[in-house]
Amino acid sequence: MTDHTQIDEHRDDEGAKTGMWIFIFTELLLFGGLFIVYSVYRYLNPMAFHMAAEELDIFIGTANTVILLVSSMTIAMAITSIQLKRKRLTLILMGITVLLALLFLVNKYFEWTGKISHGIFPGSEILHQSSQGEILFFGLYYAMTGLHALHIIVGVTFIGYVMWLVKTDDVKYDDYVILENSALYWHLVDLIWIFLFPLFYLIT
Amino acid sequence: MTETMKQAPTPSFLEYQGRFKGIFAWIFSTDHKRIGLLYLYSMLVFFSIAATLGLMMKLELIAPGRTIMGAQTYNSFFTLHGITMIFLIVVPGLPAVFGNFFLPIMIGAKDVAFPKLNLFSWWIYIAGAFIALSSQFLGDGAPDTGWTFYAPYSFKTGTNMLPAVTGAFVLGFSSIVTGLNFIVTIHRLRAPGMKWMKMPLFPWALYGTAWIQVLATPIVGITLLMVVLERTLQIGFFDPALGGDPILYQHLFWIYSHPAVYIMILPAMGVISEIIPTFARKTIFGYTAIVVSTLAIAFVGYFVWGHHMFTSGMSGVALYTFSILTFLVAIPSAIKIFNWVATLHKASIDLQTPFLWAFCFLFVFMIGGLSGMVLGALSANVHLHDTAFVVAHFHYIVFGGTGFAFFGALHYWFPKMFGRMYDKSWANIGLAIFFTGFNTLYLPMFYLGITGMPRRYYDYVERFHGPNIVSSMGAMLMITGLIIVITNLVRSARYGAKAEKDPWKGKTLEWTVDSPPSLENFEEIPIVTQDPYKYD
Repeated sequence: MTDHTQIDEHRDDEGAKTGMWIFIFTELLLFGGLFIVYSVYRYLNPMAFHMAAEELDIFIGTANTVILLVSSMTIAMAITSIQLKRKRLTLILMGITVLLALLFLVNKYFEWTGKISHGIFPGSEILHQSSQGEILFFGLYYAMTGLHALHIIVGVTFIGYVMWLVKTDDVKYDDYVILENSALYWHLVDLIWIFLFPLFYLIT
Repeated sequence: MTETMKQAPTPSFLEYQGRFKGIFAWIFSTDHKRIGLLYLYSMLVFFSIAATLGLMMKLELIAPGRTIMGAQTYNSFFTLHGITMIFLIVVPGLPAVFGNFFLPIMIGAKDVAFPKLNLFSWWIYIAGAFIALSSQFLGDGAPDTGWTFYAPYSFKTGTNMLPAVTGAFVLGFSSIVTGLNFIVTIHRLRAPGMKWMKMPLFPWALYGTAWIQVLATPIVGITLLMVVLERTLQIGFFDPALGGDPILYQHLFWIYSHPAVYIMILPAMGVISEIIPTFARKTIFGYTAIVVSTLAIAFVGYFVWGHHMFTSGMSGVALYTFSILTFLVAIPSAIKIFNWVATLHKASIDLQTPFLWAFCFLFVFMIGGLSGMVLGALSANVHLHDTAFVVAHFHYIVFGGTGFAFFGALHYWFPKMFGRMYDKSWANIGLAIFFTGFNTLYLPMFYLGITGMPRRYYDYVERFHGPNIVSSMGAMLMITGLIIVITNLVRSARYGAKAEKDPWKGKTLEWTVDSPPSLENFEEIPIVTQDPYKYD
């Protein structure tokens, strides 16, 4: 971190990281709006939320939680390995992160299509016959996990781009702030899931 | 800058030839000054559209019954007027134009922290503007909900809401990116020796504003996204038929949109804090108090959103709390007024155009602020809610406050931005007509509101006729003044006399660089040793 802060005209690592942190605040507040809506409606419909949550598959949810936690670890390890000038290892670790993220999305795909094939989706006949609390629960479920999945896609694209930069040596042991920023973003995606998981899967 | 450039006089940022030519030298430029001007020109276009809509509405109201348009047209006019004025002009206004142009110069930097991101924010702004305005021409008729998009009407109405809501969502990103950029710029790029408490007050105001932009805008972003999902996928967030709660929408909307009022007014206060010491030739009174009150407004402003919803059936405790907080947030604003007036006390005032704008600002802002206190009081609010009184109040703040400060800033920094002076007597005549028109337009609306005329109606009963005529005449007078002011500036940007480095004898850093500044602002980064407003 010592010579890391030296500034030439077009390079300010500390500034770039500050910017990323502020951006992460905005992301947290973006989800914050949905969390407020969730808490209000759960407070108003405790029983319906409890019933609806039983429809969700705890196994897939737990698997996805583990997947994201491991991927967060591998991206953190990628930073350490680039500091140690081990480019190949860095690329492998980042590759694992991307693969795990894709695995997460595959799981999500099966989970969503499973629900939809059972006729549980916003605006469906079956859902309209259930209680209002259940309609709200599944509305929030699709909106929040959907927005989260969108963030996974953005994060994977970001990490993929940084992988390319590592490959071309634009990111290396003495200049890797963008890798740190992509990792920060990935931890954010992980963190939000850590809250989504209990709120949707574990409240039964 | 290379060595060879130093021998010849450095070309200004207006003349500088980069990689691109013609219009591309502007729309692909990452120079903070060019981006500031890009914003200025785009806003001028949007402002003339929205002001025309406003004038048409006042013409409709000149007589009871249908005058020049029907109810549905009137509804879509006030919706588009609101969306354009709020999201395209007043919220981004001062930070995007003058913040971009002057923040780096005033803190002694060559550019903002993320120049590419800065250009990107302008592109998002333009994209958002086109999406929002396309709602007028595509689909099943122009939106008619008003700029607040209240649920459940915003997803029940058959009109073309989707582009309007999406546009507002996209514009939020532009606002966030600008705010983020300014925070990092202020933290990282202040010139050596410029401690926090040596920073001029306009950058301080931008700093407070930037934090609100960053922390409040995402909430409205997600809220508007929920309306989009509600409309497209029938998710029941706010639809009572599906268990949703429309009042929750109002809360979420105002959690952003009240702090947004401070996004509008804080930079305006920053501008006034720059203009007043320059023309009073005096150090500003109570620098620390102004800084602290800026941050206090930014902070307390988060907790007063409920005063937009006093009649929505909140609990008594919530009502009292929001009302008390609303009165509290007026204190820091009053502190600023006190400081500005105290600065003028025993000063040798130079009555130039920018100062006159600032002076008019004080007058109209006080009316706006005090009428806000009337609305913040619970019992008065029940009577005045949704009447013309509210419209008059927020136009005195948003147009009277931010608008006057915007034109004041334009007249103050014009010589620096374009390197030319404007015709002062035409500028003063324009201001006089504008000021008279402004008050003739909005003062009667206070009276109309108190006597019971509702807002957003294209028609009214006979007893409201008199004040409405006065108000509509005021609108025409105000637009005349506006045309004089803008024509004078546009003409002077081309033909005005060359401006000196420091035409107003200002002391902040922007007056130490060329008019117009060179590409890099400073050949050498200045070292700051003294306070920003050091006279004597």
